[in-house]
Amino acid sequence: MVLYGVAALALCLLVGKLIGDALGVAVGVDANVGGVGFAMILLVVATDRLRKRGLFPKPTEQGVLFWSALYIPIVIAMAATQNVADAIGGGPMAALAGLGALTAGAALVPVISRIGGQSEPLPAMTEAEKQEA
Amino acid sequence: MDIIADVLERNGLLFAFVVVGALMMISGWLSKTLTRGRLQGSAIAIMLGLVLAYFGGINTGGEAGMADIAIFSGLGLMGGAMLRDFAIVATAYGVDLDEIKKAGAAGGLALLAGIVVSFVVGAAVAAAFGYTDPESMATIGSGAATYIVGPVTGTAVGASSEVIALSVAAGLIKAVVVMVGTPMIAPFIGLNNPKSAMAYGGLMGTTSGVAGGLAATDKRLVPYGAMTATFYTGLGALLGPSVFYFTLVGLFG
Repeated sequence: MVLYGVAALALCLLVGKLIGDALGVAVGVDANVGGVGFAMILLVVATDRLRKRGLFPKPTEQGVLFWSALYIPIVIAMAATQNVADAIGGGPMAALAGLGALTAGAALVPVISRIGGQSEPLPAMTEAEKQEA
Repeated sequence: MDIIADVLERNGLLFAFVVVGALMMISGWLSKTLTRGRLQGSAIAIMLGLVLAYFGGINTGGEAGMADIAIFSGLGLMGGAMLRDFAIVATAYGVDLDEIKKAGAAGGLALLAGIVVSFVVGAAVAAAFGYTDPESMATIGSGAATYIVGPVTGTAVGASSEVIALSVAAGLIKAVVVMVGTPMIAPFIGLNNPKSAMAYGGLMGTTSGVAGGLAATDKRLVPYGAMTATFYTGLGALLGPSVFYFTLVGLFG
C-alpha cells in the first residue's frame, strides 16, 4: 500500500518537528531545533528495521520514493517564492554581510571536512539517476 | 479570461505543478543546448525560479515572490516549509547511518564555526558601515547567519526596525547566493561526499539555501547537508541574543 509509505514519512516528520519544537522550548528559543534532522534519523532507523523484517515492501517504499523524487521540483517552487526583491533591495551593506558570511563559511568546508580523515567522493551519477534529476 | 484565471486560482497547487514542470522542461533544454550539460537542468531551473521571484516581488510588493500573484499562489504551498521538509526527509530514505555517525563530529564543529563566522563577519561589515552600537552589530551579524535569526536577535536586544530589515536582507542574500552558487563552488571546496556535505550544511546553515544549492549540485548530498543545517537556525537564535550580544557589549558597549 503506497499510502503506508507516505504515512510513515509524515509521521516521522511530525515526530521530528515535535522534538525540535520541544527542544526549542527547553533551551528558550522560539525556533525549531533540528526537527528535520531528527525526522531523517527516525525514518532511516525505522524503515531499516521494518525492511529487515519484510514489513516495508516495494509498494510502501514507493510512497517514500515518490516524495524524494519530487524534491527538486519542490525546491524550484521554493526558489520562485523567495523574497528576492527585498534581498536585492537591501543595499550594499546587506549584500556584503550575506556574501561575506557565505565566503568565509565556504572557505572552511575543506578544513572541517578533513577532520577524521578524507572522504571518498560519491561515484559518478548513472544515466538513470541523471534522468531522474 | 476571467474563467481561466478563476480555475487556476481555485486549483493553485495543480497549476503550480504545471508551471514547475514547464520550468524544468525549459531548463533541461537550456542545459543541453547552451551548456552542453555542464550546468545541470535543476541549477538553471532554480535560477529561473529566483528571477521569476524577483519580478513577482517587484510587481506585487509582497514577500513571497511569484506566490503573491494570485494565479501562482499554489507555488507558495508547493515550495512552502511543510512540503519542502517532507521531501527533504524523504531524500534520507536509504541513507547509510554510519556515514552520518562518522561525520558527526565534523558536522557539529561546522555548525559552531558557521554560526560564529557569520556573526563575526556580519558584525564587522555592520561596523564598517557605521552601525557601531552592539545592538545593531548583533542584529546584522545574526542576519548574516540566517534571515530568521536576524529578527529574533534584533527583537530581543531592541534594535531599530531599519536594522532588523537590513539583517533580513543580509540573510536573504546569503540564501539566494547559496542556492545559485553551490554548484559553482562545489569542485573547489571538495563538496562531493557525505562528510563535506554535512560540513557545508553546518557552515551555511540556511535551510532553503542549502536545500536548493545541493539539489543543483548532486541530489544525493541533500540529506547530509540538511541534517546539520536544520540545527543551525535554532542554535543561532539561542546564541545571537545571548552569548554573541553580550560579547559585543563587553567589547564595544
